[in-house]
Amino acid sequence: MKILVPVKRVIDYNVKPRVKSDGTGVDLANVKMSMNPFDEIAVEEAIRLKEKGVATEIVAVSVGPAKAQETLRTALAMGADRAILVQTDDEVEPLAVAKLLKAIADEETPGLVILGKQAIDDDSNQTGQMLAALLGRPQGTFASEVTVDGDAVIVKREVDGGLETVKLALPAIVTTDLRLNEPRYASLPNIMKAKSKPLATKTPADYGVDTTPRLKTLKVVEPAVRSAGIKVADVDALVAKLKEMGVAQ
Amino acid sequence: MSVLVYAEHDNAALKDATLAVVTAAAKLGEVHVLVAGSAASAAADAAAKIAGVAKVLLADDAAYANQLAENVAPLVAGLMAGYDAFLAPATAHGKNIAPRVAALLDVAQISDILSVEGPKTFTRPTYAGNAIATVESSDAKLVITVRGTAFAKAEPTGGSASVEAAAAAGDAGLSSFVGSEIAKSERPELTAAKIIVSGGRALKDAETFQATIFPLADKLGAAVGASRAAVDAGYVPNDYQVGQTGKIVAPEVYVAVGISGAIQHLAGMKDSKTIIAINKDEDAPIFQVADLGLVADLFNAVPELTGKL
Repeated sequence: MKILVPVKRVIDYNVKPRVKSDGTGVDLANVKMSMNPFDEIAVEEAIRLKEKGVATEIVAVSVGPAKAQETLRTALAMGADRAILVQTDDEVEPLAVAKLLKAIADEETPGLVILGKQAIDDDSNQTGQMLAALLGRPQGTFASEVTVDGDAVIVKREVDGGLETVKLALPAIVTTDLRLNEPRYASLPNIMKAKSKPLATKTPADYGVDTTPRLKTLKVVEPAVRSAGIKVADVDALVAKLKEMGVAQ
Repeated sequence: MSVLVYAEHDNAALKDATLAVVTAAAKLGEVHVLVAGSAASAAADAAAKIAGVAKVLLADDAAYANQLAENVAPLVAGLMAGYDAFLAPATAHGKNIAPRVAALLDVAQISDILSVEGPKTFTRPTYAGNAIATVESSDAKLVITVRGTAFAKAEPTGGSASVEAAAAAGDAGLSSFVGSEIAKSERPELTAAKIIVSGGRALKDAETFQATIFPLADKLGAAVGASRAAVDAGYVPNDYQVGQTGKIVAPEVYVAVGISGAIQHLAGMKDSKTIIAINKDEDAPIFQVADLGLVADLFNAVPELTGKL
């Protein structure tokens, strides 16, 4: 079984985003960029399925600028076999990403598509579900455990009250949550080896997908700042304050 | 504008998350509520009583018993022929279904809205709440998920909407529900609680977390939350997690115990009315957002606090 793993190049999760003073967006100039953390978990899960002998080939895909090649090389260094970059400098919304992934899935016919539940830049949490809809296939979102069982996949999902388990007919789409696994670091020899793994570059037009945004961003602002309050000296002072506020009697 | 709201429910009762969505929907137009379930007439009757709801559609079919996205999304997409907008709560459940509906309708989804600025204009958080974007849709129909803490809850009583049956769209045959592990607790639900006591990694282990945080929460009648670090370390189950990737909460009082205040965590609780932090590190970022801070060893301070309340 082939596994398709879409990955996104985003601001590194340790960097505090700064809103541009003209309100047009977040300043990404000279900011460290990395693979979206949920996508790292997706790559790791695919590799583990290959190590178990369930998967035979892992194809990493990214939609983004030329520099997204670095993100794909990271996926290749972790253990993906080959990569496809759909290159564009435009901002591509989840619906258009899902359409591009559908076109690639139609060509590649993967048994599983595993992707992060959301990207930490736009926080949309849409692409996996949209891809599943476009392909007419089942979805196992927010996965904390993935088990392939014959022609089905059992997905344990993180839901609001705890966990829920669903059984999906393959091919299926899985989106990863935080506790699915802990992604490995690529070793130096594997990083070297990744440089010679195949990476194909395409454009949205190659797949006949119109990526014109449906949403117009009118402005981007920083959230209202919360100012620090006071520090109390000890527990008695805290209790007194809580009584003042009516939280405690 | 006519708006279809997706009701979150467990067939027997309506979930509170639905109420905030009704408030957001009422800003756009006439509100109808879809209850998709199995033997879910009790949930539909509850939806009909919500103030501001004009009509309830009940799609009652075994295929909707566990509200699998594969079965529910085609039902919603079909019903959307008669509506201009679809609104669902930005809960695990709503987030699972809404994008599937959006793709079937070929429209962009607007996730996790914080406000309604106009008939097609909304604000939403990006970058873990560090940037608030105002976006305008150019699609003919809207598909939106609503952040529950950003809108007041509609009154659960006072309405008298009619309940109409909606034709079921059947079982897509792609997925099945195997089971769930839903924790039962006497404490209030995290997203509905007035007071929350949350613990971080400093709590050491599951036993210490329980012995330290739970008595304080019980004294205050509070729900219990946790930071991602505490959940990852296995002190408490995943559904306790407060943060950008966990639950977004905005209680009257949020007590953060042994939580340093990572961006990820702050994104999930910084809209709380009053934040109280107990941490032994006086430079912890949590103090930058706390209204009341106590720099102390939590293992002494929390039991003392519990005893004195």
